[in-house]
Amino acid sequence: MSAEVPVAYYLVLAAILFSVGVAAFLIKRNVITIFMSIELMLNAVNLTFVAFSHMWHQIQGQIFVFFVMVVAAAEAAVGFAIIIAIFRTRQTLNVDQINLMKS
Amino acid sequence: MPSLSPNIIGLLPEYILTITGVLIMLAEPCIKPSSSRKPLGWLAILGTIAAGVASGYQTLFASDHPLRAFSNTIQVDTFSIFFHLLIAAVVLVTLLGSMDYFEGNASHAGEYFALVLFGATGMMLMTCSVELLMVFIGLEISSISTYIMAGMRKGQGTASEASIKYFLLGSFATAFFLYGIALAFGATGSTSIAAIAAGLAATKTPLLALMALAMIIIGLGFKVSAAPFHVWTPDVYQGAPAPVVGLMSTAPKAAAFAVLLRITFSGFPGMQHRWSVLMWVLAALSMTVGNLGALLQRDVKRMLAYSSIAHAGYLLVAFTAFPQEGIAAACFYTATYAAMNVGAFAVITQVSGFNESTRSIEDYTGLALKRPVISAVFAFFLLSLIGIPFTGGFFGKFYVFSAAIGAGHVWLAVIGLFNSGVACFYYLRLLAAIYSRKQAAAHDVQPRSVSVPAAIGLTLAALATLILGILPGNVLEMAQYAGTSTMIENARQQCAAHPDNCQLQVKVDSH
Repeated sequence: MSAEVPVAYYLVLAAILFSVGVAAFLIKRNVITIFMSIELMLNAVNLTFVAFSHMWHQIQGQIFVFFVMVVAAAEAAVGFAIIIAIFRTRQTLNVDQINLMKS
Repeated sequence: MPSLSPNIIGLLPEYILTITGVLIMLAEPCIKPSSSRKPLGWLAILGTIAAGVASGYQTLFASDHPLRAFSNTIQVDTFSIFFHLLIAAVVLVTLLGSMDYFEGNASHAGEYFALVLFGATGMMLMTCSVELLMVFIGLEISSISTYIMAGMRKGQGTASEASIKYFLLGSFATAFFLYGIALAFGATGSTSIAAIAAGLAATKTPLLALMALAMIIIGLGFKVSAAPFHVWTPDVYQGAPAPVVGLMSTAPKAAAFAVLLRITFSGFPGMQHRWSVLMWVLAALSMTVGNLGALLQRDVKRMLAYSSIAHAGYLLVAFTAFPQEGIAAACFYTATYAAMNVGAFAVITQVSGFNESTRSIEDYTGLALKRPVISAVFAFFLLSLIGIPFTGGFFGKFYVFSAAIGAGHVWLAVIGLFNSGVACFYYLRLLAAIYSRKQAAAHDVQPRSVSVPAAIGLTLAALATLILGILPGNVLEMAQYAGTSTMIENARQQCAAHPDNCQLQVKVDSH
């Protein structure tokens, strides 16, 4: 029982996840949901990195994944702070209502 | 010469900026909330100057051949030093201009100074990295700092809105950039720019490499606000504080362009016939969308946001040229654009103040009568943005367009020249308002006096713009050397190995 899942399967899954993330980013109206879709895109990238890392037998891709995760956490900390700031000033998280500057 | 480790010299400016930033963060809570934050500002200025000097010091080690550090992930060469000095200068003018900006307002001036330095660290790191992992980390350090700075005026609705828009679209772009890196890793088995260039020659999946490059260009296209990835720019520039806009419309863009130059010319030289088409389209779109959009704006910062999209377009024109001229023209244009744009926003900072009472073009009516000197400086920056001779903007455009014509892209240059004509109209409309006699009734411009540091900053920016306009020789020489020192050798080797893929072979060999 040594049958391995081909790398292509992981890549296709990652591509689908990334596309779902892009679509959700464009369709969803709640700021937090939009932020979640960015995280989904980042995790699709991580999956791609790990799959390629396995394919090339190189550790670089897996190291990259660690950095992506750390940076995503830092970004989340800043992102939620900004989301709290916007909720305090506008009492809404709907992007359609965050439109003070439409010309 | 003391035998310092290359790991110390290679990132010396970044170390200095990081340490100064941390010191400011530590000192901030020790100062009484009521007292002035100016000493922290001076500390930040000192750190920036020290970082600039350190970049100059690096030339001693990197003039003949690039200095490599941290297992070949950092490469200090004339190219990186050029951008280091540029970023340090922009940060210096920004800090000088914002010394008095936060005075007397319940804001976080201490954190602001630290964030500017952290952002500068990230931007400098981007320009000297030749490993995409380091580029990514630099990009994120600079982006996360600027996300926070965009929302610095916390109580105001527009500021938070600018911040959230910048954050969401910036992260979205980062995801594309990362996906591009992942695909490049898949196609070539490496994330180092030089190894990618080598791996491309042997890759069995050229389509994957092409997709990787497209994703990377999309990601960086967002960062430099090239059309059609520019949607965030007007809102963010309008809502963010003026000194922050001055910084983020120049320094991070310069860094992103440096990365783009390195990745395209050095990482994917064998595919230039493909990506130069993409750049052609992006450049033409950015110039047209930026200039036509600016015509419709009444808000001055929003207008300059569209103008910065247009200038990103002019810069992208340089990517369609041959490596040698293209890189030199792009470096020179980045420098002139940085000088004039940071200067223009420094003027806006001084005129409109913290609460930004002066926003629309009408509010600027009659400014020259009340504040003639600063109006004259503003007029000079606007003329440079148009591209009038004897200003830096003229030579910037001249070199970019002549480089494009040299590579046979005459139509792109024609589109660019038409756009420059359109651009005259909205800059001159603002100028006419400033110098017209009619006084705005609702918003009288307060004859606020310009503080000494701000005056120094404005003088520096104006001098830089003037010198780039009348004596461009030195900077151009350095820009040309920057181009040669890092990229051309690599590109030439690639072209020699794969002449079919390379439209540049004849030209490159002649050098």
